[in-house]
Amino acid sequence: MRGSKGPALAFENVAKSYGETQAVQSVSLQIEPGQFVALVGASGSGKSTLLKTVNRLVDPSAGRVLFEGEDVAGLPLAALRRRIGYVFQSIGLFPHMTVAENIGIGPRLAGQKIDTSRVAELLELVELEAEMARRMPEELSGGQRQRVGVARALAGDPHLLLMDEPFGALDSVTRDALGERVRGLHKEFGLTSVMVTHDMAEALLLADRVLVMDEGQIVADEHPQALVGGGGGEIAQALVAVPRHQAERLAELSR
Amino acid sequence: MGLGDQLAAHVLLSAAAIALGIVVALPLAIWASRSEKVARISLAFASLVQTIPALALLALFFPILLSLRSVLGEGLPTLGFLPALLALALYALLPILRNAVTAQANLDPGVIEAAHGVGMGFRQRLWLVEAPLSAPYIMAGIRTAAVWTIGAATLATTIGQKSLGDPIFAGLQTQNWALVLAGCIASAGLALLADTILGTIERGFRDRRRSLWLGGLVAVALGIGAALFAQFGSGEDEDAVVIGAKGFSEQYILARLIGQRLEEEGFAVEYRDGLGSAVAHSAAASGEVDIYVDYTGTIWANQMNREDNLPREEMYRQITEWETANTGMHVLGRLGFENAYGLAVTRERARTYGLGSIEDLARVAPQLTVGGDPEFFERPEWIAVRDAYGLRFAARRNFSPTFMYNALRSGEADVIGAYTSDGRIEADNLTILDDPRGAFPNYDAVLLLSPSAGSNEGIIAALEPLIGAIDVGAMREANYSVDREEDKLSFEEAARQLAERAGL
Repeated sequence: MRGSKGPALAFENVAKSYGETQAVQSVSLQIEPGQFVALVGASGSGKSTLLKTVNRLVDPSAGRVLFEGEDVAGLPLAALRRRIGYVFQSIGLFPHMTVAENIGIGPRLAGQKIDTSRVAELLELVELEAEMARRMPEELSGGQRQRVGVARALAGDPHLLLMDEPFGALDSVTRDALGERVRGLHKEFGLTSVMVTHDMAEALLLADRVLVMDEGQIVADEHPQALVGGGGGEIAQALVAVPRHQAERLAELSR
Repeated sequence: MGLGDQLAAHVLLSAAAIALGIVVALPLAIWASRSEKVARISLAFASLVQTIPALALLALFFPILLSLRSVLGEGLPTLGFLPALLALALYALLPILRNAVTAQANLDPGVIEAAHGVGMGFRQRLWLVEAPLSAPYIMAGIRTAAVWTIGAATLATTIGQKSLGDPIFAGLQTQNWALVLAGCIASAGLALLADTILGTIERGFRDRRRSLWLGGLVAVALGIGAALFAQFGSGEDEDAVVIGAKGFSEQYILARLIGQRLEEEGFAVEYRDGLGSAVAHSAAASGEVDIYVDYTGTIWANQMNREDNLPREEMYRQITEWETANTGMHVLGRLGFENAYGLAVTRERARTYGLGSIEDLARVAPQLTVGGDPEFFERPEWIAVRDAYGLRFAARRNFSPTFMYNALRSGEADVIGAYTSDGRIEADNLTILDDPRGAFPNYDAVLLLSPSAGSNEGIIAALEPLIGAIDVGAMREANYSVDREEDKLSFEEAARQLAERAGL
């Protein structure tokens, strides 16, 4: 459906260092169109940095990133970012703009006007009422704000959705519901999605490919089933142990 | 006097200074938000400027602009609007810059990352995100700047710019408290009004209420528009003859006397009142001011840097030659009276101590307190007299010229350094002590014309009758008529009476 044959996203020996610190050490991998990839790791493992090399919020010190076959370094910055949906951990709604204006910012920057019905449609996708469009961000709950954040990311009809700890600031009920919705949207629009998270349970439940990062390197690249089945090595298994232990404790309690 | 003209000038000066402050501060703040070093240096500079007293800052622009003339040409104004504008704009810089820099530094980093992430370029980020989010804080800074500037703009009077300082300085000089109060109330009222309007704009930005900030902006535009109309709509004469006056009563009256004569001859005139003594001379030399009255002793000591004391006629001759050779100014002649420094005592004290001359004073001086205006004790004349007679007083006190006479009457000072043409000498029954050793130089009032006015035959013809026409008694009476506490005359009225008495 996308018409491009190769991978949606390819990292070729991507590295990023800040002075002495190596945040990302020579990562190479490919992500196929339609995949939902979770990048999991402890804080400081380099997962956010790696994600940000895609839309060039971070420029790699070495290597290159190909988006649908094109080196992102060679693409005009603004145009590249408008082709990629981006959901922020800090949500990052513009506090002086209404919900509708926030959602329409991408198209507006591209010189198009977004109409009311399109806003309503996008709001519906994230399960918000159409009348929310006129509200200011400060009038919304945290969960509603991040739903608007997702709607904003989708407004430009992107092929690629990048999410940096998208549900980190939300309570667990909201996080669960919104996670499911994002998973649904991913399927519905045939998106390629990359989500950074430190929560292995979230990664296992939403993604169909889990990359584990540690000290700037990919240490595991597995299907969720394989990880649950004990694959992926020591570091990955240490992360999987947390939700597994929680699940066992819950099972014990219900006995 | 009506204050409409001064109010309009004050509004325009303040508005222009704040606008210039904004134009400089905002780009600087944007640069500062991208460079730590620029932020540090620019804020340090703005703070430094703030520590300079406003009066000094205004005065400093005179020599600065004068020296810039060699680069920018002789047409560069050194007095009046331009230096006042520059000094006040510098003064307005700090609050605007500081608030703008702080606002930028406090922007939510998440929002800035989002601006990058959605693909905004530098300009889009600035206009769509940073500017609207910083606007209320910047507006608060502009508000502070406006209140400061409107207050400090009253000082522009001292460098020859019309402002609400005119009535304040004129009133202070003549103890006309109603005039002082009128100027203060007008400038305070203007500051409050500006604060309210700008506060409304700030609130409009903060609450994102378009009607508020738009309404406020319209009010500002209307105010400036009205002031512009008042100032220029009535068609001010570009070719007006500019008459300068230093900041004391005699100068104000003589300026009016000169002005009235010129007006009778069909000239349009303008006054630059309250000029500092050094400023007045340079202003006339540079052509900013066409005509003013100075005193031989002042030019001798301050401009020619002479320390010797010559006989009256010889001194006058040398001054005339010196001005022609060095400044191109034309000394039209002497008005006929002298406003010298002298030591004055009350008649009772003169009797009690048997004082007739400064020699007598020297004997009893160690029991007495001497008073003078702030510059008196620094002047070479005082030092010459002190050393010539070996004067040693028990105490020395500074008063503003206006309060000096009150101090003498109330006994806070026993002797004061007075001006001999001051009307209060006769009114207060004061005795000027003789100077048998001739230590005080001559201070004959002379009429000085700028190089261009000096070659204008119409002006010379209109002013020539003034030469030798005013004796010291007439001048004292005119000075007293504006300085006395009751029944004060305006400067214009005093000038008219003086003209009558002098038979002009």
